[in-house]
Amino acid sequence: MSEGAHLRQPETGQPDASHKAILYLEGLNVSFDGFKAINDLTLYIDSGELRCIIGPNGAGKTTMMDIITGKTRPNSGQAWFGQTVDLLKLSEPEIANAGIGRKFQKPTVFESHSVAENLELAMHGNKSVWYSLRARLSGEQQALIDETLQTIGLTENYHQQAGALSHGQKQWLEIGMLLVQKPHLLLVDEPVAGMTHQEMERTAELLTSLAGKHSVVVVEHDMDFVRSIANKVTVLHQGSVLAEGTMDEVQNDQRVIEVYLGE
Amino acid sequence: MFITRILQNDRGGQIMLAVLALVLVLVPVLNLLVPEGSFLHMPTYLVTLLGKYLTYALLAVAVDLVWGYLGILSLGHGAFFALGGYAMGMYLMRQIGDRGVYGNANLPDFMVFLNWKELPWFWQGFDMFWFAMLMVLLVPGLLAFVFGWLAFRSRVTGVYLSIITQALTYALLLAFFRNEMGFGGNNGLTDFKDILGFSLQADGTRVTLFALSGLALAGGYLLCRYIINSKLGRIVVAIRDAESRTRFVGYRVEHYKVWVFTVSAMLAGIAGALYVPQVGIINPGEFSPLNSIEIVIWVAIGGRATLYGAVLGAILVNYAKTVFTGLMPESWIFMLGALFVLVTLYLPQGLAGLVQQFQAKGWLQRRAAA
Amino acid sequence: MLKTTDFTRLLLLSVLLWLCPPLQAEQQSATLTQAAPLFQEASFDKTREAVDLLAASGDPEVVPYLQALLDGKLYQDKAQGTLVIAKDGNTGDELRKIPTNNSLRKYLRGAVGQLSLSHPDAAVRLKSANGLLETVTPEMATQLRGLLEKETDSAVKEALSLGLAMADLNAADKAVRLTAIESLAGNLHPGVRNRLTTMTTDSDAEVAKAAQEALRSIEDTAALYGHVETLFFGLSLGSVLVLAAIGLAITFGVMGVINMAHGELIMLGAYTTYIVQQLMPNFIDYSLFVAVPAAFIVSGAMGILIERTVIRHLYGRPLETLLATFGISLILQQLVRTVISPQNVPVSNPSWMSGSLEINSVLSLTYNRLYIVLFCLMVFALLYFVLRKTNLGLQVRAVSQNRAMARAMGVRSARVDALTFGLGSGIAGVAGVALSQLTNVGPNLGQAYIIDSFMVVVFGGVGNLWGTLVAGLSLGVVNKVLEPWAGAVLAKILVLVFIILFIQKRPRGLFPQKGRAAGD
Repeated sequence: MSEGAHLRQPETGQPDASHKAILYLEGLNVSFDGFKAINDLTLYIDSGELRCIIGPNGAGKTTMMDIITGKTRPNSGQAWFGQTVDLLKLSEPEIANAGIGRKFQKPTVFESHSVAENLELAMHGNKSVWYSLRARLSGEQQALIDETLQTIGLTENYHQQAGALSHGQKQWLEIGMLLVQKPHLLLVDEPVAGMTHQEMERTAELLTSLAGKHSVVVVEHDMDFVRSIANKVTVLHQGSVLAEGTMDEVQNDQRVIEVYLGE
Repeated sequence: MFITRILQNDRGGQIMLAVLALVLVLVPVLNLLVPEGSFLHMPTYLVTLLGKYLTYALLAVAVDLVWGYLGILSLGHGAFFALGGYAMGMYLMRQIGDRGVYGNANLPDFMVFLNWKELPWFWQGFDMFWFAMLMVLLVPGLLAFVFGWLAFRSRVTGVYLSIITQALTYALLLAFFRNEMGFGGNNGLTDFKDILGFSLQADGTRVTLFALSGLALAGGYLLCRYIINSKLGRIVVAIRDAESRTRFVGYRVEHYKVWVFTVSAMLAGIAGALYVPQVGIINPGEFSPLNSIEIVIWVAIGGRATLYGAVLGAILVNYAKTVFTGLMPESWIFMLGALFVLVTLYLPQGLAGLVQQFQAKGWLQRRAAA
Repeated sequence: MLKTTDFTRLLLLSVLLWLCPPLQAEQQSATLTQAAPLFQEASFDKTREAVDLLAASGDPEVVPYLQALLDGKLYQDKAQGTLVIAKDGNTGDELRKIPTNNSLRKYLRGAVGQLSLSHPDAAVRLKSANGLLETVTPEMATQLRGLLEKETDSAVKEALSLGLAMADLNAADKAVRLTAIESLAGNLHPGVRNRLTTMTTDSDAEVAKAAQEALRSIEDTAALYGHVETLFFGLSLGSVLVLAAIGLAITFGVMGVINMAHGELIMLGAYTTYIVQQLMPNFIDYSLFVAVPAAFIVSGAMGILIERTVIRHLYGRPLETLLATFGISLILQQLVRTVISPQNVPVSNPSWMSGSLEINSVLSLTYNRLYIVLFCLMVFALLYFVLRKTNLGLQVRAVSQNRAMARAMGVRSARVDALTFGLGSGIAGVAGVALSQLTNVGPNLGQAYIIDSFMVVVFGGVGNLWGTLVAGLSLGVVNKVLEPWAGAVLAKILVLVFIILFIQKRPRGLFPQKGRAAGD
């Protein structure tokens, strides 16, 4: 429960990515009841990079996200955010406040709140109890909400209950919530599931535009989508990295073809 | 104005508070100013009965805050109510002074009976009204804080939490039954004489207590509504709907839960403190798990997550209880049992939900006609 | 008490009225005829001689006469000199009571004991050996040693050696005394303890010290058996908890249904026992064998009814289920109050349930507790078998793990739900039969167990039958260990608080279900 220095990080600035990488995962192991979900996983994400992670079901993609965001604790290994933030010591909200945002595989928004309220709740800023009791939206925050609604194309739905949105719209809203959170690292789990082709293109556009300012990790099954956005792809298999490289390199990797792309 | 802003979108609350205000004016007039024997005179026992309902209503509002909005089904809120009641009871006990059966100015009767020589440390200070009132808030609040801190930090949720809140009140029930605890054991605290120098039997005192209960209900209601309307309220609802998501957005869920749980326990404590001088007794029976679970059914019947529904439910169910236990005592338990089953099966939104449904229909019809 | 005195009065009255013949007319053996004149002398010394004469005969037939003399019931016909045993202390004028004094009675006791020791029945021998323990004189000792050599029954042997050792404590020879003390160490016979306590002040320091040590070892042994007894009490309480909780372990643990009416299903089982006993008042001993299946059916049927009418509509809404089933519990309680009685009803224990199994003089296990433990283990084993080895068990586990998948595989999930709930409820009824033998049977019986049952299931780890068994038994033991110094109520409170804190630390209980599915 100690409010360590890492907590203050998000408001004060960037995580220390002085050695190029923003996320370090080293020698991670997780097992559930004897089943090794993550097996000696080592992975680095560079600052400002857009990385796609692919792999068959059960390859450990979601578990990896769970470790980064503090939902699951590894049995062994290291996970650092920049040079200074030890992710394994922080709780979920602390990690979120340190600047890691996550979009879930199944879109989860606050269903009984309006679209705008969803963004208000997700917005970066002071998240203490007493503060929130008296908090009012500042003009700046209002502007951010309007701007984000524009980006995700939900301006029309400002007052609509989030639970009443379509599946695709919920996906967008969740991306919007990620945006107002202003994270340094975005973890995006299957962003285009249930989207039309058109929506998919817009998502691709959005994610590419985010890279550079932010670091983005995308887990996706849709190969066309991955090809359209990725410059670097990591293939996970049985809990560890099988191959890494450009889409072309990965696609021509014999082992990858065997386990995954052999279709 | 502040109050109108709080009640902006709360039609039910506006109506409820208006009715409450009317009752708060009418009842004292009918009791004190209309002469006895007149058709319009309201007997004092009725005033007290209404006052009791109002404290139950406040208790129901407290439960609705945690159940309706935070999603925590507390089966132990009766414990906070009883603790507040005991704190008040201890003050009233001390006020008896040497007018007890044994005439001991320093010790309540039951302590003399148990051959105790001096006042235990935890009774110190309860002869002062302000101290007792502080304890009415602090004791339930502290218990809720510690319990909540332990439970929410280790993420005990759902049914598990309900069961351990029930175990909490059950443990307290057993504890307060013990004479050694120093709270009068089985018999509890009773035989109160006066409060702040006013006789508890006097009509004026009774009406004042009734009015205070009404004001406490109004105040508690507005406080809860204020909390719900704030950003904190929206976070609380977010926790109810998607706890884990709220964490990933950066909120420390356990802090919010503990905060709301503690506020709710304090409101329950105030309700208990107002209840005791009106009914004239507090005993361990108030800790019984049955009592706590009954509160939940008031809220369920009224309609959870509406606040005014809780008030409505508490008053209706208790009125029914008074009527039926008087007319046919055997049938009441059957009815209460049936209420639990029928409301959960057929009326998940409670009466408030029913009203909203009708309103929505009417609105649609009017629109169709236009 | 009053009744007993009335009864005695009545008896006396009838005796006075009829003066029934008190005589026991039968052929008397030669030894008795020989001893009869000595009794007539009316001197204690001569009486003693007569006793010696009788005792020396070794004839088991004389034992009743010596016993009668000892009990003050031996009379002599004034005229003919024949010895007569009076049956009810009422005699005519022609009989004279043979007087005894303290020392003679003591002497008699030894003589009777010695004679009984050669009785052909081992049980009689054992009884007399035990009676002799503290009265063995040096003279008797020699004789006892002879008997010991011939003795074949091990229990009698043990009793005889104990008596000899006790006699040796009086020996003049220090070495004999020390050996005797040593052989008595750890012996739990109350006489031994008393005797050794007096010996701690023996003039010989070495003997006194040895006696002290022997006493300590006796106390240690007694303490050990005390712990065994606490453990046994704890296990029997734990068995009650397990019985009450095990049905819940199925409905809550396997199906995830919060059934607050579980306690009332237990209560129905207890009432079924009551009704069964009312129907067969002359066969109380067999009533439980009827009550167990009957209670299973009654509570099981009620469970299925509840599942079909209410719970079915609330799957996936645990908090609503909790409220609805609580309502059902109120209705069931009130139903029993209205239909049967608001008061407790009497349920009798079969004769085979009363009494106790005596392990030794400090430890005896009452049969009702013993049977509860055995019954609990039987029910557990049966349930485990049903869930693990039968087709129904397989389907239950399949539905509880993945309802949609199970349905896709052709499992009729609605039927399985009803049957599972019926099974859990039926077990609750069976628990009720067991509880009816231990506590008062009343409308509130179930309420007292519902919180405990939930605690046991949650403490053990939801969905784990073994967890429920271990949790129930250990909570029972902890409760009984705490009781002596905390009192029953405080012990219970402490256990509750402990569980509340434990759940905070390990929300998934002692034996959590593992795996990804267990997460949220």
